[in-house]
Amino acid sequence: MIRSTRLWSWIAFALGAAYFLLPLAGMFEFSLRARRGEYSFQAYRNVLGDPQFLATFGYSVLMAGFTIVLGVLIVAPTAFWVRLKLPGLRPVIEFVTLLPLVIPPIVIVFGYIRLYNTSSWLPLTGSALGTDFLLMCGYATLSLPYMYRAVDTGLRTIDIRTLTEAAQSLGAGWITILGRLILPNVFVAVMSGAFLTFAIVIGEYVFAALLNRPAFGPYMVWMGSNKAYEPAALAVIAFSVTWACMALIQLATRFQKFTKASC
Amino acid sequence: MTDLSLARAKPDAPRREPLRLPLVWLGVLPFAAFALLFLIWPTLHIVLGAFQTPEGGFTLRNLAGLFSPQILGAFWISIKVSVMTAALGCLIGFVLAAAVMRGGLPRGLRDAMLTFSGVASNFAGVPLAFAFIATLGRLGLVTVLLRDWFGINLYATGFNLISFAGLTLVYLYFQIPLMILIVTPALDGLRREWREAAASLGASGAQYWRMVALPVLWPSFLGTFALLFANAFGAVATAMALTGSSLSIVPIILFAQIRGDVLQDPHLGYAVAFGMIVLTGIANLVYIVLRSRAERWLK
Repeated sequence: MIRSTRLWSWIAFALGAAYFLLPLAGMFEFSLRARRGEYSFQAYRNVLGDPQFLATFGYSVLMAGFTIVLGVLIVAPTAFWVRLKLPGLRPVIEFVTLLPLVIPPIVIVFGYIRLYNTSSWLPLTGSALGTDFLLMCGYATLSLPYMYRAVDTGLRTIDIRTLTEAAQSLGAGWITILGRLILPNVFVAVMSGAFLTFAIVIGEYVFAALLNRPAFGPYMVWMGSNKAYEPAALAVIAFSVTWACMALIQLATRFQKFTKASC
Repeated sequence: MTDLSLARAKPDAPRREPLRLPLVWLGVLPFAAFALLFLIWPTLHIVLGAFQTPEGGFTLRNLAGLFSPQILGAFWISIKVSVMTAALGCLIGFVLAAAVMRGGLPRGLRDAMLTFSGVASNFAGVPLAFAFIATLGRLGLVTVLLRDWFGINLYATGFNLISFAGLTLVYLYFQIPLMILIVTPALDGLRREWREAAASLGASGAQYWRMVALPVLWPSFLGTFALLFANAFGAVATAMALTGSSLSIVPIILFAQIRGDVLQDPHLGYAVAFGMIVLTGIANLVYIVLRSRAERWLK
């Protein structure tokens, strides 16, 4: 009985592993086929040598950085303040932060285009910089559920009331409390939210495409319809980025466990 | 000095009360402004637009426009793909999680599976489509190997990646890991005592699963189904990169509409978007209700 259970478990696991690993293998193998008759890294050389790749990838990395900063600036003080002063408001804030999972991103960006177009009260899409700002806000919205949950979980592990009162009795103002007390204490949680945001922003397509910004997602789609082997190389690169982000999150949480055990 | 400050603080306190209330609320103002400007208002604008004529009057004509064969067909395909991938994702994800967690497999596999699920559930969109084209496309690895090693021509059997079945297969790549990530804690929450109690009453393994474990897990099952449904329903990039725009699911129709007003009538776009919100909204409402019921048991 136990034996057959284990056998079936192995079979299920093997089938699952095959389903999940074959596309990765296929993707990698395909990316090596750029030269006829031999495996080579030619597709990668083509991609890395393409100025468009560097421009779009750089743009997306930069956007991810700004998005993370904006996200932390919005989420961390709010989560802190709500926990400290307005606990009754927590369910409302939590509900709002979960909305981006309910409302499809394409609907949100549709709303942006209608609300902030050139003939509206706030013509953000009129200039490149304004559109970049709108895109950054859109990305921050997309990452809101992950960022808020990460920071809120981080805040749960520290006694913010005591810490705040201690800081206040030493004469600290709110900026000092947030910047030098709360943020360092939830730094690890913030980092895991930040890496997830990075992974989301790098591969994002819909927002960037509909707002017409030169990001990595639209570049990948353009490559997909114009080249044969380069898209697979791009997919390998994107997968590595996602993997690296997840690894960094794991590393961050492990680091957190370690510091907690030691104090 | 302390006495002085205390004495001064006391009579001040009641007078400060009315002033402090708005100050406390000031703390959430940045968040509220951001959420209003970039999340709630844009969405409301779309929802209201679905009920408005181009001149701004109230109308139901836009919603009636949803019932044209083209759009109705798109909604139908989208719903089918979402239901199919959510159901299969739940089922397969559960079987995999149960096999690894409870099937007597080495413990190391469990961490490996969870880590991989974290990656795979985020590996959606354009690169995922490329990975599947490189694997099961006409020149993909598996297609070629099946042809060269076994003499099977996959595409002669009627298989096509750019189809309902193909899209389902691709979506499962991020649906199954999401289910694994959600169901693993639930499986952890099944207490050993329950199993022992069932066994001491003479229940077999199958009876334990059917009469104890599954009823406890059922709400989180249904809830995850709803989440996966919404997840698949809103996905655009994967389908775009996979099919171009040859498979008309709702998000692709909306995308084309925003890009170039192919539907001729911009307010019909509002209606399509509104339809999407309603469907994912219902799915998530179900998820929230069922999850709070599921958590009662797993505390």
